[in-house]
Amino acid sequence: MAEVLLTRHNGAKDSHTLAFYKSVGGYAALDQALNMAPDAVIDEVKKSNLRGRGGAGFPTGMKWSFMPKNPVDAQGNPKPKYLVCNADEGEPGTFKDRLLLTQHPHMLIEGMVIAAHAIGASQGYIYVRGEFYHEIQILNAAIKEARAAGILGKSVRGRSWKFDIEVYRGAGAYICGEETALLSSLEGRRGEPRLKPPFPAQVGAFGMPSCVNNVETFCAVPTIIKDGAAKFAAIGTERSGGTRLFCVSGHVVKPGVYELPINMNLKDLIAHCGGVPGGRSVKAVIPGGASAPMLRADEIDVAMDFDSLAKAGTMAGSGGVIVIDDQTCIVEAAARLLKFYEHESCGQCSQCREGSHWLARMFNRIEAGQGTTEDLDKIAQICGNMAGQTICAFADAVTGPALSTIRKFRAEFEEHVRLGRCPSKPEHYVRPHDHHASARL
Amino acid sequence: MIIDQHISQRIDELRPQFPTEQALLLPLLHEIQAKEGWISKEAMKEAASFLHLPVARVEEVVSFYTMYNRKPVGKQHVQICTNIACYLRGADHLLQCLEKRLGIHEGETTADGKYTLTAVECLAACGTAPVVQVNNDYHENLDEKSLNQLMDRLDKELLDG
Ligand SMILES: Cc1cc2nc3c(=O)[nH]c(=O)nc-3n(C[C@H](O)[C@H](O)[C@H](O)COP(=O)(O)O)c2cc1C
Ligand code: SF4
Ligand code: FES
Repeated sequence: MAEVLLTRHNGAKDSHTLAFYKSVGGYAALDQALNMAPDAVIDEVKKSNLRGRGGAGFPTGMKWSFMPKNPVDAQGNPKPKYLVCNADEGEPGTFKDRLLLTQHPHMLIEGMVIAAHAIGASQGYIYVRGEFYHEIQILNAAIKEARAAGILGKSVRGRSWKFDIEVYRGAGAYICGEETALLSSLEGRRGEPRLKPPFPAQVGAFGMPSCVNNVETFCAVPTIIKDGAAKFAAIGTERSGGTRLFCVSGHVVKPGVYELPINMNLKDLIAHCGGVPGGRSVKAVIPGGASAPMLRADEIDVAMDFDSLAKAGTMAGSGGVIVIDDQTCIVEAAARLLKFYEHESCGQCSQCREGSHWLARMFNRIEAGQGTTEDLDKIAQICGNMAGQTICAFADAVTGPALSTIRKFRAEFEEHVRLGRCPSKPEHYVRPHDHHASARL
Repeated sequence: MIIDQHISQRIDELRPQFPTEQALLLPLLHEIQAKEGWISKEAMKEAASFLHLPVARVEEVVSFYTMYNRKPVGKQHVQICTNIACYLRGADHLLQCLEKRLGIHEGETTADGKYTLTAVECLAACGTAPVVQVNNDYHENLDEKSLNQLMDRLDKELLDG
């Protein structure tokens, strides 16, 4: 098994403190990076083949190189550049950023200071989902330590360069994980996505050039600088380097966060987590967070890097692996996912607002045994009107669970229609009253 | 005055790090809710004048985010995740247990104002599902028994004041 790069000191006592982090070589990479030219740091990150861990898998070094060098406003005054960390962690099935925030906050800070040096930022923000109350306390304590140690503040490491980090607490909206919605929220507005272009590198937070990366992406940076890009790139594939924090949940014996090579085989990963409990078997797996199309049991012998999963018709997304056993009604599971999307659509685009509403209603109806064959055919049609037609990728995300389940498990949907009830429930089963549903219908 | 000296001091500390006043709105609303438990019309008006924003700006923000309570909630706000990973590990049954025990439906507050029960979306703790958040604390890896033990503890906390 390859080396563990980010979570080696998981569970160690006081791993969140500056003293501990320094005792295991922390912040050595920062000094190394500060002695390098910014472009040399970007080159090193490019060579590592690090790709963003937030969902889209965009090459990190390339994203940094898109940041303008010396941006000026209309009057010729220099514009500030912002570095933003996405710690909104909202994609169902994803829970790795929470681990990094609580156990390794200094790794995140170090990664961000290195990134800020590379792109020339003067202020950083960490946007953390609002529910992470205790995580925010830990993070703030770490930032305070870093300020006191001269790692953050007016003169980083004694240099004539100011960089500081402020934590911004979200307030419960999945869409704020989408980077432009996050920027709107950071500005104190409704978390509504913005059309791209302009991209954040041109017009980002507060209208200034900004770079947004996920927590885990930043956390990978110190090891790349310290141990060299080559070592990071040697793990994984030619186009996708390093280890990844896979979050495994659902029907496995040992759910949790597992740091493994990014091209780990999905089937082996499930076995690594003890397999499915109770002697049952896998029915379906969501390989990259709720938005990733489901794989059937016969499709899971696949590497989990971005390209391999894309080739398999799904996506590596956020690294959230949700295992569904053979006792689960796939229609009900899909209905549950679609209810989430209905709740979380920001409502700006009619295709998305209406589409996610209709899909949630239809899946709910089919699950309850009140669907028709027409409904089954309509699902693909509704999805066709959503994907690629909207301001942000949320609408595409909705179609992930909707299309993959109806296509790959159509017989199960048909059986619901034919029987007029859910085959996996007792014959006269009465569903608990669904208040959300009744309010909607 | 809802925005007291403590709150205005906290916001003043943040001000230098942000280029606009409006950016302070979410932090201000969090402070208000921490003090009051919810965000009233009165609070929105105060927040608007404190940050020199139109009241409508504040209202549209409060209504966008689910964490801002627009009506009072119980002393213990019990929020159970019913999203996919928690659902796969028995969250629906736990929600039913809570409804029965508290004698209310999801989305309601007990008559004595002690508990509000809300079903919420993923809390990013899916590896330790099912998960319930009570006020600021997560309670993970729950089953019927440990959930009842948790509720017994909360009952006792309320009794002890
Ligand atoms: C609907 C939606 C939700 C998203 N949620 C998150 C999230 O919770 N955390 C995250 O890091 N990225 C999320 N993303 C991806 C971000 O838009 C962005 O690509 C990412 O933060 C960039 O960081 P990276 O390059 O380091 O991956 C989401 C994207 C979409 C379309
Ligand atoms: S696609 Fe959906 S979530 Fe994205 S901006 Fe449009 S309505 Fe909002
Ligand atoms: S699905 Fe419940 S915490 Fe993620």
